[in-house]
Order: sequence, then structure tokens, then C-alpha cells
Amino acid sequence: MLLIHCPYCDETLPELEFAHAGEAHVARPENPSAQSDAEWEEFLFIRRNVKGPHYERWRHTHGCGRFFNAVRDTVSDRFLATYPAGAPRPSLASLTGESE
Amino acid sequence: MSRFRVPGRGRVNPDRPVTFRFDGRPVQGCEGDTVASALLANGIHLMGRSFKYHRPRGAVAAGSEEPNALINTRRGPGRAEPNTRATMQEIWPGLEARPQNCWPRLSFDLGAVNDRAYMLFSAGFYYKTFMWPRSFWDKLYEPVIRAAAGLGVSPSEEDPDTYASRYLHTDVLVVGAGPAGLAAARTAAEAGLRVVLVDEHAEAGGTLLSEPQARIAGLPAWDWLTAELAALKALGVRVMTRTTAIGYYHQNMIGLCQRLTDHLAELPADTPRERMWRLRAARVVLAQGALEKPLVFDGNDRPGVMLAGAAQTYLHRFGVRVGDRPVILTSHDSAWHAAFDLQDAGAKVAAIVDTRAAPPAALAGEAQARGIRVLAGFTATATSGRLRVRSVRVHPVSAGTVGAGEEIACDCLLMSGGWTPSLHLFSHTKGSLAWDEDRTTFLPADTPEDCVIAGAGRGLWGIAATLADGAEKGAEVAASLGRGASAPALPVEGDRTGSGTSHTELATDRSPSRARAFVDFQNDVTAKDLRLAVREGMRSIEHVKRYTTNGMATDQGKMSNINGLNIAADALGRAQPKVGLTTFRPPYTPTSFGAFAGYHRGGHFEVTRRTAIDPLAEAAGAVFEPVGQWRRARYFPRPGEDMDTAVARECRATRTAIGMFDASTLGKIEVVGPDAVEFMNRMYTNPWTKLQPGRCRYGLLLGDDGFIRDDGVIGRLAHDRFHVTTTTGGAARVLNMMEDYLQTEWPELDVWLTSTTEQWSTIALNGPRVAELLRPLVEGVTLTEEAFPHMSVAECTVAGMPARLFRVSFTGETGFEVNVPAPMGPALWQRLAEAGAPLGLTPYGTEAMHVMRAEKGYIIVGQDTDGTVTPADAGLTWAVGKAKPDFVGKRGLARPDLTAPGRRQLVGLLTEDGTTLLEEGAQIVLDPAQPVPMKMVGHVTSAYRSEAAGRPIALALVEGGHGRMGETVHIPMPDRTIAATITGCVFHDPENTRLKLAAPGGDA
Repeated sequence: MLLIHCPYCDETLPELEFAHAGEAHVARPENPSAQSDAEWEEFLFIRRNVKGPHYERWRHTHGCGRFFNAVRDTVSDRFLATYPAGAPRPSLASLTGESE
Repeated sequence: MSRFRVPGRGRVNPDRPVTFRFDGRPVQGCEGDTVASALLANGIHLMGRSFKYHRPRGAVAAGSEEPNALINTRRGPGRAEPNTRATMQEIWPGLEARPQNCWPRLSFDLGAVNDRAYMLFSAGFYYKTFMWPRSFWDKLYEPVIRAAAGLGVSPSEEDPDTYASRYLHTDVLVVGAGPAGLAAARTAAEAGLRVVLVDEHAEAGGTLLSEPQARIAGLPAWDWLTAELAALKALGVRVMTRTTAIGYYHQNMIGLCQRLTDHLAELPADTPRERMWRLRAARVVLAQGALEKPLVFDGNDRPGVMLAGAAQTYLHRFGVRVGDRPVILTSHDSAWHAAFDLQDAGAKVAAIVDTRAAPPAALAGEAQARGIRVLAGFTATATSGRLRVRSVRVHPVSAGTVGAGEEIACDCLLMSGGWTPSLHLFSHTKGSLAWDEDRTTFLPADTPEDCVIAGAGRGLWGIAATLADGAEKGAEVAASLGRGASAPALPVEGDRTGSGTSHTELATDRSPSRARAFVDFQNDVTAKDLRLAVREGMRSIEHVKRYTTNGMATDQGKMSNINGLNIAADALGRAQPKVGLTTFRPPYTPTSFGAFAGYHRGGHFEVTRRTAIDPLAEAAGAVFEPVGQWRRARYFPRPGEDMDTAVARECRATRTAIGMFDASTLGKIEVVGPDAVEFMNRMYTNPWTKLQPGRCRYGLLLGDDGFIRDDGVIGRLAHDRFHVTTTTGGAARVLNMMEDYLQTEWPELDVWLTSTTEQWSTIALNGPRVAELLRPLVEGVTLTEEAFPHMSVAECTVAGMPARLFRVSFTGETGFEVNVPAPMGPALWQRLAEAGAPLGLTPYGTEAMHVMRAEKGYIIVGQDTDGTVTPADAGLTWAVGKAKPDFVGKRGLARPDLTAPGRRQLVGLLTEDGTTLLEEGAQIVLDPAQPVPMKMVGHVTSAYRSEAAGRPIALALVEGGHGRMGETVHIPMPDRTIAATITGCVFHDPENTRLKLAAPGGDA
């Protein structure tokens, strides 16, 4: 079972308290009706399916209830960082010490 | 004293005899024995039959890696366990142990005909044999294979035992209480760390239990062990025996299964059978030791052929001589000591056969001193004996040529192919392995977890080396946790170090294709099968494994994986590290379902949510059904009524008088804040800006893909406050979705969301006489059509209780929903029941609710929709606020596929004979005469007998359904095809005249 750091509660807690919520930084367009079919398809369905560090959303469902973002390596299942929703995405280089 | 018990040896208690039953006969052992050691003490080697060929087998090992000696243990109904390893099961008076996989009995098993036909049952047998004809599969092949498959029989009764689960946090977990583990635990504990030390055996000590000859720090090994365990206890180390580390999970969480009662004659009250620990350790020391490899040669599986190290364990730990006339067959020094010790314990060793041309001179000298014949540079090519090995055939090998054979009589054959580190738990961490050419084995390399390996687990050999390594690793771990520690070196005398070589199959003078040289004993995989798999095109070790089933038995390839790899690599002509090892997966040893389930069984398997009114429904004799996690009253039968009769009566009462329904399970969310209306406009399809406080509206929730997610009536209590209701099953999902959009897409909106489902008891009252009932009870609002029209909401009092009163209907009758604080629900229910009795008030359940809503064509999300239904498909276009600039799902609704013709649309269905009730889920076709497979154009979503419609009714999703009114479609069923006419969805009161509220004093 993973241990996950909630950036709001500032505590590292068992995975059981959290729910995964898909890829992060997929912003709903400001005016969806102005989107072409292809753009809307991209927003709705197309995800990166990363092997390696992945920006994703979690919700501290059985805690503070808030959504936050995380960088998790999908190969090792290690969390590299968690940060509040709305915060800029941290660069991978700063997290892994390697160039992106 | 049993025939093969050696006086003065072993840790069993000869003064405490224990009688148990094996294969129906009483067997006497000693306190401290396992089933296997007690049987061996009585000269019984035949303990089981193999899986495929039903070959007679005996214990080949002495620990949890045992592949052959599997028994069924029993103590009364429900307390039976198949596939228990006889080498691990401790005996107790009355234990009943049965051999498996044999019929009619262990010594004469009809299934052994498979053994004669072994040439047929080669690798991939099932894949090749049962292909054709296709029609034979269901009726012949599958039933026969299923009947023959499986090991052991599960009990059919419920398990009366209890199982516990616990969490534990510690600084250091040490797995394995052999010399390395003991030393690591001691060092870490002395550095002030919290230490847990676990071992799967009944006692701590590991190999020390089998090597009493050694002296550590001047003490005999067993005295040192006793002192060491006392020291650990004094340091506060938690030592847990009979505790298996079954899996190594993320971030140093280790699953520990502790067996508490399987060794006890009397089950203590209130003690669980097993306890599953989820332990989180800052650091883990794996000190699991090494497993001995069998040698691969024809007949290496006969009862009496055993690992030399196992024979040592039986002798020293259990005081059992496994035979009177052993032959040792080895490629490693360690087995020589088994020969010496058995000779010293009264056996007559017939020969030590070493595959190496020049074994160490010291060992050869010692053998000579004992008068033991040594055959160096020899191979074994066959054994004889049906139920017990009688002889082994050995040959000199010179420059790769196998010379003339000699038959040596024996009553046991003790083999050793060297030792393999136990890599299982390390592999669970996704740790990488490094090939060690000298030892012909993989050693642990890097791991992402905070974990170190100590002792024989990383290829070290001998007590001195493993003790020193354990202490060193304990100090290393302590240092990494900021504690200074010293790792004292302990002098060891009588240590047995050694080395050896590795083989694939032993050299033979016969055709290898006729050899029955077993690699995986439990799954009956031979070396020939592995080579055949490679010849037939398997290149990956994972494919070889699955094609042959090597390593796939309940022992998880503990003894077979490395031999299998060596042979496969040889057949492939590639080095072992290029071929790679198959993946080890948890659990390390078979683990009971009970241990995993823990407390989650029966009523604790899942929570059952009950409304405040539930006890009244129960007292009224309601029949319940699960809806999500809730249990809801389905109907309220009167004496003699079946469901159909009761539901028809409940519907009739509601349509002619008053029906009362516990609607408390409806999801309720309070949406509050200055931006509440803007939030509602964005979330729901409907426009909310013009909805006045005191009014309600049917709300429809889509996903951004345009499909219906949920629905419910929403009341506006104030400009900044909405009372949202959701489906019973959708409440949590809807709140999560709202929170998601609010927190992450529209954080600028000033809105609070609160789940209030459990704050309110909700009673729905429907029927033409409902106003008569409520008018005398309601204060604060006038119940007239003008003052409180359909789709109104008010805060008022009902029967003196503070209430939110909704005028809504899910039945088509005049309807109200009364919300009172949850604890007041039962009082209100009783008060309404009393006041309504003269008016014909009748409680109804979810079934009548379903019938009445279907009669009106009101959908149930999740029943009449399936996640691919749009508002237009469901006939709900009127609920979509097209003028709004945006709402969740608006853009989705414009996707080409969602506006294309031919979508499945919700329609009504009436069977043409007027009496047949359709089945929910039944498929619909246009032309019943078309060939199979037919084109399916939709399915029945709801179907009920309707008294109001005078016939059975149904709702269905049908391709282009809205354009097919009046057309006939067909529903093929197993026994007949039913014709039905497509209609609209409303079967009762299409003008909604019955929703009106009768004037006070007027007729209903």
C-alpha cells in the first residue's frame, strides 16, 4: 500500500484514504462550445498513458476531501511530489535530477 | 520409541507422545514433531501422489518449500484445509491428516494409469489434444478435465474460525530467525531501535536447529540460541514465530500471516486462527537463507529420495533418521556432512556419490575414517522401487563419457545440487538480480525499497559468515536510521562451510527422451518437457514456464525455478542472465482466504446502511432488498400475499387513497453560497437563474461527454441555497463530481457543498387523499393548488416537527415529500400512519415505487440509462437549457455521434398478446427470422405488471425508437419469441390530471 503526502493536511497517509482522479493538468476549456470536434475529443479522451513520471490527480477523499496533483513514476510507483491543485507543474528535472 | 527415532537427538519431547491419524491409521509421534517428521520416524516415506501422473511421492524437503507431501488437515466440520505441507504442520492429539490426489487409497491409486501413459502427457498436452472438434469441448473435454484438475478438496461448510487483522509499525523488521536474522535483530535492538523478528517455523533458530555441533562464542549452538533469544526479549524485540512474511509491498509494507491455533489440540476460546499483520517498517532486513536444489536425474522423485539438508534437519531437529542405508548423491560439500551425521546416528551409509571428480580431500578423508565408500566423478542414471526407493544406479563419468553402471541398494537417497538464495520477497520489491557465475545462481542486487539482504540470502555460507553479515547489516541499518551500533564478531567452532558445482540434468547413458527426471515435482514437469518447450518455439522463460507449468504449483517453484532456468538456458544455448528468471509474486507460501478476509465476512463484509425508519419497516414485516449499500423495504406483504399481490395492492392503495414510502435513502446535497445559482447553472443542464425560492425543478446531470449521469428534484430554498436530491446509489459519485468541478475548474465560485443525505428522514406521500391527511398536520404553508402548486418547496412544520416539505411526485399522483431531521423520522412515520389509517393510507416499498414510476414513464438513471444515453435519447430534451452558454455536457451533446441518427432511444413496449411480461435485459431484434447471430437493436430496461395499465408494461432502449412508434419488434427468448409494439413511455394519465391538488373539502 502506497503512502501519499496530502499537501493540504501536510501528512503522509495510507493510500486507503485517497482516490485516484486521472491525469492532471487537463484543463476544461474556457468556452467548450467554441471547441472543434477534434479539440473536444482531445480534452475528453486523449491521455498520455505515461511510462515513467506521470502528472496525475488524487483526492484525499477520506480526509480533507480536497483534490491535489502528484507526480508518480508509473514504473516504480514512487511519488516524486504532491502539490495543491492550481499550482504550476513542477519540472521533472527538478524532481528526478535529470534533464527532461 | 518409533523405529527411526534416534535417542538423544532432536528438539522433540520423547516423554510426550502424540497420536494422530494419517491415511486413516493412527501414527505416534512426539510433541514438537511435524506430520512429516512423525511419519518418517515411523519409516513412512510415502505421503502423497503427484498432480499429473499420480506418482507416489514422499517428503523431499523439511520446510515450507516442500512440493510433494501435501495433506488435507481436518478438525471437524468446516475446519479442513487442503494442500497443507506435512513438513510444516505440527502434530497434536487427534489431528486427522489425509493424503490427497489418490483414489481409492494412497498405496494403490487408479489415477496412476496416467504415469504409464506419460509419453502422451508431454508439455503443452492440453493445448494440443483438446482442440477439436469444437463441440466436444463443453460436454466432454471440459467436465473431464475439471474433474481431474485441482489439488485437494475444500470444505463445503462455512469456516467456523475467526481471523484477525492488525497493523504494526516498527523501525526494523527482520525476516528469518536464523543466524543472520538473529544477529541483525540483536545489533539493531542494541542500537535502541524497535525491532520485529519473524520466522515461519514453530521455533526461531533456522539452520542452528539443524547444526547442534557448532559452538558460538564458546557455547553449544543451542545454548547460544537460548541465550540470544532471552537477550532479544530483554531488549524488547518482538519475536514472532509461525509467522510467514507472505509479501513485500510498496514502501516497506510487509504482509505477515501469523498462525495461532493450527498446532493446538484444544482451540482456545476467543483466539483467531490466524492474524494478518500489515507491518510498515522503516528498514527491512531479509535473512531468509537459501534453499537446497534437487539434482535432476531419472527417478529422482521416488519416496525416499530427499534433499540432504532435509535429512540433516530431520536428524538434528526432530531426532529422526530418515533411513538405515542412505546413499548420498551430491555436487556440493554440504551433503557430505549429512552422510557423516547419519553414520554417527546409527545408519550405514552405502556410498557418497559425488558428481565432482575431486571433492575436497578433507571430506574424503573423513569419509574414509568412518569407513564410507566414496564414488567421486560419478553420475546417477536411475532409481528403482515402487513406493519407496530401493536402489540407485551409478556410473563413473570420464571426459563426458558415462561408464559401466552399478546398482547400489539403499532405503533413502539424499541429494544436493547446491543452494539457491531465497529471492522471493526481494523480488516482490522489484529488486534486480545479478547472475553469479561461480555459484551458478542469481543473487540480489538493487532494490527501490529500504531493504538489505543478510546471510545465505546473498550467497554467504556457514554460521560464522552469516552471523557476521547479519550483525554488519543490522549495524548498517541502524546507522541509516541515525543510530550508532557495533557489530561484534562472534567466534564459531565446528562451522561447516563448503562449495559445489551446478548441473542441468545429470549425465546419463540412456536416451534422455525416456528419462523421468523431475524438475518441478508438484506439477510433474520433467527436464524433457522443458527441452520440448524450447524445441517447440518457446523463447521467453515466461513462456517456457506457462507451457510446461514449471514453477506454477503451490510451492511457487521454490526448488524448481533455478533448475528449470538452467535447463531452459542450456536448451536455448544462451547464458542464464540472458534468459532471466520468472517473476516471483506474493504470497510466499499459500495463505488462507480467511487471513486475507480478516473481519470482513458475514455482516461485516460490507456496511449495510439503514434509514431511521428501517426498524418500523422491519416490524411491519417488510421484505428488503439491497440498493447500493442501503437496505430498502421492497414490499410489505400481508399474510398469504406473494410479491405480485402485495405490490398490486400497494399500487392500488396509492392510486386510490394514500401510499407512504420511506425515501430517506435519496441522496441529498446542500449547495450554498453567493455563487450557488451560477454553480447550479454550470453543473446541471437546466436553467436555475429564474427558479424562484420556494420552487423546485427536475434536474438532469450529464458528464462532459454528454451522457446522463444522475437526476433528481432540486428545490431552491433561498437565493443562495439549493436542496439537491440525487439517486440513492449516485449520491457519493455526484458529490465527488461537484467537488471536482468546484475545486479544480471553478475555484473562483463561492459555494459550499455538504452531504445531507443522513441528516434528513424523507417520507413520500402520494395519492388522491394526501391533502386530507396533511392539511391538519402542516403549519406554515397552505396546501392549496394556488398557494403550494406542484413543484413547490417550503420550510414549515409537519406534526409539530421542523420540516422541509416538497410537493413532488414520482408516481403520477398528487405527491409530497416530507423531510424532517433524521431522528424524528420514525415518530413522523407513526403519526402519519395513525392519522392516515381512516383514509386508507398504505405503506409501499421500492417495487411499487418502480411500477408506478414506470407507468408514468419516469426513468431510473442506471436502469433505463447505461452511461451511453443522452437527454434526447431518454426523451428529456425539455430539461436541457439550450440558451445557457455552457453547462457540463453541453459541448459533449454536440459531438457527431451524439446527434447521429439511429441512436438507441427510450420507448415503451407492450407485448402484443397483452399478458406476457418481458424480462428486463432481454434483447430486441427487428426480424426474428434472420439467421443467428441476429442483429440486436436494443434491450428491455424495465418491465412490470401494471394494474393501472391493465397489462404488463415495459421500457426499452431501441435503435431509432422515437421514429418507430406503432412498429412491432421481437424479443427472442430461449423457448419462444415474443412480439411487442413500440409505444410512448407514459402508460397512465398522460395529461397529468392526477398531479393536481384537490381543493379543501372537495372530492379527490
